[in-house]
Amino acid sequence: MKRTTIFMTGLLVAGFGFSKFAAAQDTIKVGVLHSLSGTMAISETTLKDTVLMMIDEQNKKGGLLGKKLQAVVVDPASNWPLFAEKAAQLLEKDKVAVVFGCWTSVSRKSVLPVFEKDNGLLFYPVQYEGEESSKNVIYTGAAPNQQAIPAVDYLMKEVGVKRWVLEGTDYVYPRTTNKILEAYLHLKGVKPEDISINYTPFGFSDWQTRVAAIKKFGSAGKKTAVVSTINGDANVPFYKELGNQKISAEDIPVIAFSVGEEELSGLDTKPLLGHLAAWNYFESINTPANKAFINQWHTFIKNPKRTTNDPMEAHYIGFNLWVKAVEKAKSTDVEKVLAALPGLETPNLTGGTAKVLPNHHITKPVYIGEIKGDGQFNVVWKSAGEVPGDAWSDYLPGSKDIEADWVTLKCGNYNKVTKKCSGQNYK
Amino acid sequence: MGHLGSGGWRRLLLLPALWSIGLAYAQSPGDAAFLSVLGELRDATYSDKAVIAERLSQTGHRSVRAVLTALMEDRLCYRNSDQKILIVQSADKDPAELIDPLTLKSAGSAPADSLAKIGTNNALRHTVRTVVAHFALSSPDPAVRLEAVRDMLRSLDEPTVALLRERLAVETNAGVKREIGNVLALATLDGSDAKARLEAVATLSHSVSQDVRNRLALLLDKSPDGSFVETDENVRRAAAAAVATIDQWRSFYSGIETLFFGLSLGSVLVLIAFGLAITFGVMGVINMAHGELMMLGAYTTYAVQMAMPGHIGLSILAAIPAAFVVAGLVGVAMERTIIQHLYGRPLETLLATFGVSLVLQQAVRSIFSAQNRSVVTPDWMSGSLQLNGALAITYNRLYTVIFTLIVFLILLAVLKRTRIGLDIRAVAQNRVMAKAMGIRTEWVDAMTFGLGSGIAGVAGVALSQLTNVGPNLGQSYIIDSFMVVVFGGVGNLWGALIGGMSMGIVNKLLEPYAGAVLAKILVLVGLILFIQTRPRGLFPQAGRAGEDK
Repeated sequence: MKRTTIFMTGLLVAGFGFSKFAAAQDTIKVGVLHSLSGTMAISETTLKDTVLMMIDEQNKKGGLLGKKLQAVVVDPASNWPLFAEKAAQLLEKDKVAVVFGCWTSVSRKSVLPVFEKDNGLLFYPVQYEGEESSKNVIYTGAAPNQQAIPAVDYLMKEVGVKRWVLEGTDYVYPRTTNKILEAYLHLKGVKPEDISINYTPFGFSDWQTRVAAIKKFGSAGKKTAVVSTINGDANVPFYKELGNQKISAEDIPVIAFSVGEEELSGLDTKPLLGHLAAWNYFESINTPANKAFINQWHTFIKNPKRTTNDPMEAHYIGFNLWVKAVEKAKSTDVEKVLAALPGLETPNLTGGTAKVLPNHHITKPVYIGEIKGDGQFNVVWKSAGEVPGDAWSDYLPGSKDIEADWVTLKCGNYNKVTKKCSGQNYK
Repeated sequence: MGHLGSGGWRRLLLLPALWSIGLAYAQSPGDAAFLSVLGELRDATYSDKAVIAERLSQTGHRSVRAVLTALMEDRLCYRNSDQKILIVQSADKDPAELIDPLTLKSAGSAPADSLAKIGTNNALRHTVRTVVAHFALSSPDPAVRLEAVRDMLRSLDEPTVALLRERLAVETNAGVKREIGNVLALATLDGSDAKARLEAVATLSHSVSQDVRNRLALLLDKSPDGSFVETDENVRRAAAAAVATIDQWRSFYSGIETLFFGLSLGSVLVLIAFGLAITFGVMGVINMAHGELMMLGAYTTYAVQMAMPGHIGLSILAAIPAAFVVAGLVGVAMERTIIQHLYGRPLETLLATFGVSLVLQQAVRSIFSAQNRSVVTPDWMSGSLQLNGALAITYNRLYTVIFTLIVFLILLAVLKRTRIGLDIRAVAQNRVMAKAMGIRTEWVDAMTFGLGSGIAGVAGVALSQLTNVGPNLGQSYIIDSFMVVVFGGVGNLWGALIGGMSMGIVNKLLEPYAGAVLAKILVLVGLILFIQTRPRGLFPQAGRAGEDK
């Protein structure tokens, strides 16, 4: 009797030990680095769920290279230094093969040294200010030439805007984007007195003075528009105040680069009718791929009311690209995957193709939509075909001559004039 | 409008007549014509839709205004099954409640995906707004008429001017009359009668509207060759004087506006500081969980709103006592379990309450999730009160100011006129003596803390209307509330009121020049300097009670 017990225990221990060993062998770990609390949770939680959905889907198809994918989710809590800590944890302790994560540029900048030191691989899904190309990051969101510049072009040509308010949250993305836009507007002959630039902190809620100032700036007799790079939950009181002070889109349209379906879902959109957003994807775009994606999302999240948005599409593209690259390299080794990525193509959700460029950006179509009464967007303009992402803006004096190319030049910051590579200089 | 191309017209004439469904419902020839034009909206382009809107208005049907307003608000759609055009009550409800465009009576409801929206864009809405304005001009509500006249100002043409002339003759409301006068004067400016134009400028100089000012300023412009655009010198001189007068009035009103912004920011500061003025001021407890008590108040508002979905406006009012009770009970529980053991040990109180604040935050995260909750603003709190062409006050801020004053008066009455208020003041002034007089000081402590916490909860209700309701709500206001209490003088409600209001106004006066971030820093620096010279704040407590604080 006693012997049997010992034997059984031994068998159990062995069994546990074996199964643990087997699990370690048969899974590929995928890191998810998105804020699940704090000011950015409004936007980032959905992206975590998107990655989980993609992993789930891939596992149903039999995994990758015969192994199951396993998600490792961490919460950096909208706290920028914590992003670096959590990234180090993912790469050094959990040894993940790839990380999908970050929203704000300040969080990306904070994890960048970690990814470069540990030679990790990050898929960054959000539109950003450019002026960066890291060996270890694939930028699946839009560069300024895939969102901000076309948006300004639209307002200038189609709406006839002559006066510009550049309103942003005070951090690196709005400041750099506005620098590029200001240079671009000057180039197009807009006078300095017709541009007003202002920044407010994260989570700002007392918008009355700013909105009154915008109203005043916009009533000088010239058509005025607001280009908003306001990020996170500060958008909710901003749009509320716009509605309260009766600034309608017919008078002063606001075009936003960080407000999508998800951000609008918690908002009464009646006063926002007609305000604009520029993205590379809208939920309302009617393609079979998009319909299937929306259905899959609703089934996964068990809520048919949940919206989809642009950064979700970016993760969809990023995940599929990574899967293709791993299959092509027949390994999850970062060096091999990175070598396989440039040139890979995958269909996007709007009927086009996303291709990884040598500068680690991808090709994307540009859409401009007006907010409808139900919180969705009505596409009013679309680029002819896909626009290749440009890492270094052509409109800033410092970055005009710089090129990123990880295939032939093996450099993210190559100066075409001095013919020098400053390495991975992301300053 | 005359500027629309005639291409749309021609194309429309070629459109096949597929209005048989519409005809089946028709009761009179007017209805039939109306429905047939309406039917064309289904698959027209945006520019065609503008022409169709014009034609709809020409049918003169009584439903035109309702239909076009619905189009403008993105509420016009057609049913996929029978192609019938319908108005939906609200653009984002599912199932949608339907309204028949002809009779304007309820037509049942339908799931949202069985309907297709008739899309609009900004340019189309702009046109439709002017068309609707023509109809709104005969509305019985003067505010609607005023809005209509202002909308017409955007695109002035011959028929509009004629319509306004007609309306002026029968208009009874003085405000609307004046506005029509302004618009007609603007139209006269484009004419050639020198005397009439001078009179028009004189009329316009009494206006404070930005549109009028811009139009007058155009008269002062020079063409590229250096000559004036306006050739009549008298008109030019009058226009220059008028622009100067308008500018003067506008800067006066913008001063009032800034003052109001300051008052409204100040009233938020005062509201969040009242609770602290009691717990910190009267009891001397440094309560780091004060912000979280406000957060609880805001979440209570959300919960109450969830519990009564049909009555958004009422739920806000119901949330006030609910938030007071919830936050007050949490406060009493905190006092009884933790704080009462730590009286006289401020550092430990600070750490313990900070711990409580983290616990409360996490509790909310676990119950409601880390995502922000959206608290709906009732209709009577959105929009703004247009006082004149230059000054408008947003309702949510206006109500906040009023609400703060009411809370202040109630609090003052409780402290000065009630038994519990007397006890609170007695214990605050001299605990030992109060105890000797038979006051149950421990019970009074618990009640005082409960009162302060309850007021924090009430502040949370107001914050739920102004900012995002999330677990971090409290953290972003705790520093501000301590600042107000320290500035106003510890233990003094009047201090909190005056201190908070003046901080709000100074902040808003600085903001246009320094920006939101720098303005706040400047206020903080100013506060530090002030505390250096007057460490007891604006209204220091006098006498012995003040000494041992």
